[in-house]
Amino acid sequence: MLNVECSMNNRSMIIKIQGEIDHHTSEMIREKIDKAYERYNAKNMIFDFSDILFMDSSGIGVIMGRYRNSSQKGGHVAVVHLQPQIERVFQLSGLHKIIHQFDSIDEAIKMLQ
Amino acid sequence: MQYENEMKLEFMSKSQNEAFARVAVAAFVSQLDPTLEELSDIKTAVSEAVTNAVIHGYENGAGTIFVTCRLQGKEAHIEVHDQGKGIENIKQAMEPLYTSKPELERSGMGFTVMETFMDEVKVCSIPGDGTTVYMMKRLHSV
Repeated sequence: MLNVECSMNNRSMIIKIQGEIDHHTSEMIREKIDKAYERYNAKNMIFDFSDILFMDSSGIGVIMGRYRNSSQKGGHVAVVHLQPQIERVFQLSGLHKIIHQFDSIDEAIKMLQ
Repeated sequence: MQYENEMKLEFMSKSQNEAFARVAVAAFVSQLDPTLEELSDIKTAVSEAVTNAVIHGYENGAGTIFVTCRLQGKEAHIEVHDQGKGIENIKQAMEPLYTSKPELERSGMGFTVMETFMDEVKVCSIPGDGTTVYMMKRLHSV
């Protein structure tokens, strides 16, 4: 149903979420990311959205919160592979102004270094 | 008004029912043969309204949420109703980025999403009595 995997590449943590992001799942997603971010002592976060089938405004809250955490460590947040529905929620919330968007994880890692 | 088709859902105010509600409404609206984008708009708007009922209406406590979906021609009319605490100031609640619960990391974009993705959104609320969100989507694919 919902799967969150975090892995490290340099000082960027790559977050791959499979499933749907709503109010119900956002709590678990947030907790997993925050624990891994601390454990890995990561700086940047890269969200891989290729397997996200649905996201409502709860997802905006999750990303805004992670943006805040990473900013405190001088890091950045990026997203890759946004689906059209999620892209619209992104645009609407203004998230695209503060969150970097890239076409691939490799590109994101390179640009955030 | 007599509608061509109608369905009603009644379920406990639990966050795990947010997915159930949006999928059930989408499945019902599917008979009008909407595009994937239209269906996705409806799912997102229903998810926002039901989430508001769970978090704000019943404040994550016990309660029942009622969802009605009516189809008429090219239009899907959806109502999400709760008998929770109600909204004191609807205008403020509907402002983009306003949230009464910033500690929950809510974005305050719920009503903005509903208004953007649906053709009509109306909110009726009586403090202490409950809230009804009425939304209408006109399908262009029909």
